[in-house]
Amino acid sequence: MSETTAPAKREMQDFERVLTSSSSELARFDEPRRSPLQHIQHFLHSNPTVVPVLVLVVSTLIFGAIANNFFTAFNLTLIIQQVTIIGILGIAQTLVILTAGIDLSVAAIMVLSTVVMGGLSVNMGLPSILAVPIGLACGILCGAVNGGLVTLFRLPPFIVTLGTWKIFFALVLWLSAGQSIRSQDIDASAPLLKLFGGTFSLMGAQFTTGSVVMLLLFVLFFYVLNSTAWGRHVYAVGDDRDAARLSGIDTDRVLLSVYAVAGGLCAFAGWVSIGRVGSVSPQSFFEGNLDAITAVVIGGTSLFGGRGSIVGTLVGALIVGVFRSGLNLSGVDVLWQQFAVGALIILAVAIDQWLRKVSA
Amino acid sequence: MSTTIPSQNDLASRPTAGAPPVTTPVTDPVTPVLKGRGLVKRYGSVTAMDHADFDLMPGEILAVIGDNGAGKSTMVKAVCGAVVPDEGTLELDGEAVLFRTPIEAQAHGIEIVYQNLALSPALSIADNLFLGREIRREGFLGKYLKMLDRRKMHDFARTKLSELGLTTIQNINQLVETLSGGQRQGVAVARAAAFASKFVVMDEPTAALGVKESRRVLDLIQDVRARGMPIVLISHNMPHVFELADRIHIHRLGRRLCVVDPQSVSMSDAVALMTGAMAPPPAAEAVA
Repeated sequence: MSETTAPAKREMQDFERVLTSSSSELARFDEPRRSPLQHIQHFLHSNPTVVPVLVLVVSTLIFGAIANNFFTAFNLTLIIQQVTIIGILGIAQTLVILTAGIDLSVAAIMVLSTVVMGGLSVNMGLPSILAVPIGLACGILCGAVNGGLVTLFRLPPFIVTLGTWKIFFALVLWLSAGQSIRSQDIDASAPLLKLFGGTFSLMGAQFTTGSVVMLLLFVLFFYVLNSTAWGRHVYAVGDDRDAARLSGIDTDRVLLSVYAVAGGLCAFAGWVSIGRVGSVSPQSFFEGNLDAITAVVIGGTSLFGGRGSIVGTLVGALIVGVFRSGLNLSGVDVLWQQFAVGALIILAVAIDQWLRKVSA
Repeated sequence: MSTTIPSQNDLASRPTAGAPPVTTPVTDPVTPVLKGRGLVKRYGSVTAMDHADFDLMPGEILAVIGDNGAGKSTMVKAVCGAVVPDEGTLELDGEAVLFRTPIEAQAHGIEIVYQNLALSPALSIADNLFLGREIRREGFLGKYLKMLDRRKMHDFARTKLSELGLTTIQNINQLVETLSGGQRQGVAVARAAAFASKFVVMDEPTAALGVKESRRVLDLIQDVRARGMPIVLISHNMPHVFELADRIHIHRLGRRLCVVDPQSVSMSDAVALMTGAMAPPPAAEAVA
């Protein structure tokens, strides 16, 4: 141990000499000059809901110009009515997707809850004041099963909910014996189930209480996600689960609660759907799962978690509604509605990928 | 109190080195902030920590160095709750403690700056500072609506960041992913310094940074020490260790080999001790 000099003082070796002329500014992260496109990218990155809002406004204006009767109070409120169920399922789906998960079973939970509510109150004669809470509890339980499998057994949410989708759907067919419950029977024995089917007029427009409740739920979950610790934790868990855990967040508890709340929301959507559809059918809302994911994705929420907003989901659901209604009223074949929605999904995901590169 | 570790000789010194028998005096006129004795952690047949001792004194920067696989990270994890030792005792300010999780250690006023920073990139600086310990509004809004007190959190965040001279961060609502590596480190250090009441552990705080940014972070670490907060610094960067540390804990083969004074030991000696090329210095040179 004769060389006691510090490494900094020792003589330079040949291969190191070139370094004297090289830049010592190793880490420069801030780009001093940005192109206009980069400015837009940064702006949209910090305000991800702007794109869906623009799409909604522009498409509404275009359909208003080309489609007959589009810009009537009746049609616009009809669109809101049409997106009521998908909107509520979309809230549930947004919560799950923000945690970097996905819930393929939302519609199955919803239909299962309606079958439980309808079966208990209409077929078994239980007072509907009891049947409704039991149905809601059933939804929360289903969500908790999803959440339990995701957290306790560390299974991927996609696979878990693909499985429970099938399981819940099988339970639907078993409990209902494949039979629908007719509207008249509900009216006769359990009118509470149709609570959210009521309509009222306001300035020539027809509103259902269900769509008002949907809008209130969006307000509620906007508040919860942005102004409570739980909401911040949902984002943190989806953004970087390890970082969230090391910061002292009980990530499993957050995930479990997200799936349970989502299940409860699905059950609530089921209650609203009985009012909207009028009957309880085991075959209804077969595409509800994917429609809810569509609304979330078009609304700018990232499938990779941690990024997005609940407002975006409302806008996303409305965009789908506007396209369906507008293309319908323009006399375009139904198949082009599917085409347009598909193109919107791909566009939304492409924009999300582009915006993510800001931080890369 | 003086502790002798008899087996240290045959572990550390080579037969040819002919070093005198070594004792590492751990005389404590002052109560250590954290004192670990005889810490053991086994993973199956592997003993990652073999009766390791650890002392952190008030107000000091204690650097922990050791070769890869020497078990220094296991020991530091045991100190901050990420690993539960199989044997041994920990005393925090003279009182026996046991941390089963990092959150329990956090509750005792121990904060860790992880190498990967443990920040949430998509959240703002303020959100990150309070992640896991958000402040709620008082009264009805906080109690029943669980509303967060953003103003209080923002004021606190702004105060803490400017106390540490992180004034380059203008907007505490800025998302962490838009910050540079050094700024992120600054946020992580500020978070630890703001909430620690006992000490802060920093794991390789400069490993991912460039020259200029490292400089900034080293200054920041000294600022934190100047405020009286003891720091455990884990680093492979010898110049940084020698610049900052008041004492250097050299870890070898799962235990503390010795604690040296950076003023009296050269960097290459420290490396030699770490790798076993040299026997620990006699007791007189070791710093308690």
